[in-house]
Amino acid sequence: MSKSIVAGQEVIRIKKPDARVEAASRRRARQRREQVIKGGLFFAALISVAATVTIIAVLLSESVGFFRTVPLTDFFTDTLWTPLFADPHYGILPLLAGTLVTSGVGLLVAIPLGTVAAIYLSEFSSSRLREVMKPTLELLGAVPTVVYGYFALVVVTPSLQLLWPDLPGFNMLGPGIVIGIMIMPFVISLSEDAMRAVPMVLREGSYAMGATRLQTAWRVVVPAATSGIVAAYVLGISRAVGETMVVAIAAGQNPNLTWNPLEPAATITAYIVQVALGDLPHGSIGYQSIFAAGLVLAVMTFAFNILGHIMRKRFREVY
Amino acid sequence: MSAQSSPHPHASIARRKIAEALFKVLGLCSLAIAVGTLALLFGALLFEGITRIDWQFLMSYPSRHAAQAGILSAWVGSTLIMLVTAVVGIPLGVAAAIYLEEYARRTWMTELIEVTVTNLAGVPSIIYGLLALGLFVYIMGLGESILVAGLTLALLTLPVVIVTTREAIRAIPVEIREAAYALGATKWQTLTHHVLPYSVAGILTGIILALSRAIGETAPLVTIGALTFIAFLPPAPVTTHPPYLSFDWLLSPFTVMPIQMFGWVSRPGEDFIGNAAAAGVLLVGMTLTMNGVAIYLRYRMRKQVSW
Repeated sequence: MSKSIVAGQEVIRIKKPDARVEAASRRRARQRREQVIKGGLFFAALISVAATVTIIAVLLSESVGFFRTVPLTDFFTDTLWTPLFADPHYGILPLLAGTLVTSGVGLLVAIPLGTVAAIYLSEFSSSRLREVMKPTLELLGAVPTVVYGYFALVVVTPSLQLLWPDLPGFNMLGPGIVIGIMIMPFVISLSEDAMRAVPMVLREGSYAMGATRLQTAWRVVVPAATSGIVAAYVLGISRAVGETMVVAIAAGQNPNLTWNPLEPAATITAYIVQVALGDLPHGSIGYQSIFAAGLVLAVMTFAFNILGHIMRKRFREVY
Repeated sequence: MSAQSSPHPHASIARRKIAEALFKVLGLCSLAIAVGTLALLFGALLFEGITRIDWQFLMSYPSRHAAQAGILSAWVGSTLIMLVTAVVGIPLGVAAAIYLEEYARRTWMTELIEVTVTNLAGVPSIIYGLLALGLFVYIMGLGESILVAGLTLALLTLPVVIVTTREAIRAIPVEIREAAYALGATKWQTLTHHVLPYSVAGILTGIILALSRAIGETAPLVTIGALTFIAFLPPAPVTTHPPYLSFDWLLSPFTVMPIQMFGWVSRPGEDFIGNAAAAGVLLVGMTLTMNGVAIYLRYRMRKQVSW
């Protein structure tokens, strides 16, 4: 850069820098900028680590306060969960039972139907039907869960009451079925992926031996895709366990230690919602109890997620 | 296969054909249950709710009288929260995806980031609510506000944005990058001039999917203290006097559409069911439209691009 400035009578000439020096300094500036950008992007990526660590830290730190009051043995053996009563009991079992029953009903719906539908889509259907079904299932998975909750309370439970006239308005069967329908698209899509990853040569070998499509599907494709299919189930379980709004709306709010799906009972998630809707002071035992319940839920879903992802990796590595 | 020893091969073939036909019917029925549900659900919602949707419903505050209640504060709240979520979540998610896809070397750190992203995608949404309650509301002292709700949903949707953006970036062939490098472009220039513009449709798909998930989320917002009865609007973001912009709305209490619906569903009695259904119709309509647009974009993209 060169320019002259006229200031009075004096002429100052700014010396033109050496072109090579200038290029080098521009390159350095560019490299510096690249480094800064890379650092910024790295920090954005770190957010996911930070979020995970914070989730664990928040759940643990609030739970520590809770377990100072409530001994672990009570937490896991007491059969009553009444933290907000005058005579408080802190047994997680009733909430756990509610969670397991609703998820269990959901899985009884989602696993058989989902597996059959996935086999059909992967092995039998025309490619046109598959092209239409995949996005439709995706849409089904996108419906807000509160709407599914409405569905469980207003449509499914009244229909079930036609079969069991003394079924209470809040029960675990209706929301369980709805949870099953909710996780079905997820199970279908993941297990269909696993089956489609089975190499064509295995099928062709089976057909060459005279096997029908159904025999090939059941005895060749499904066994070869087992770990992927099981991964789909496990990730489905994790979703069912963490499902909140459907059970909060339609399963009732009273912790109830029962394995009978026809009865109402609160789940871990429903309890958290119930307490959060009230106005509990920060630091009270009731406030801390939702973090302890949340910790149990997080441990369960973390475990299922890790198991599921290990199994998904395995099916990818086989071939 | 046990049929080999059968004395009547025709009979066994016929049996297999029947089994196969039966399975096809079973498969179609399972699919029909999955899809039929969507139809039934929307039908039931429409039946209950369509008559409630009118101008008064859209422009009224909640009320103790079902017929006068509306969703004004809910949709305004949803819109503002989506704004915060988009402004915070999209840049972070896209940046993280760019780092993981273009910059990261295979180190334990990258491995850790990938594992946490996968894990976050599977964390139940209510756990995000507890995180937000402990961290944003109490430790950071941001209160039960629009800002906190937006940040929570931004975290919740981060994995969606990251995963879809990565897929979109990965689909750009490496030759494009090599051509840019060969002409002396830096990594960042290559990204901003080539890779990102070419993958914009895919990234957009991810953003729409993320926002459509965020708009329907209820549980985490319940935990951070969303109210079902809000009879006022947050302060307007644009004011009539300088500096014309106000950020007071960020700290305002809020309600959103799904929370409003939840509030109406869980009220005892039949009166509010119609309102809940009406809110549900709008909610499902919005999420399905957003997802439909995303799916269409992806379909167009796959059809058009041939590298």
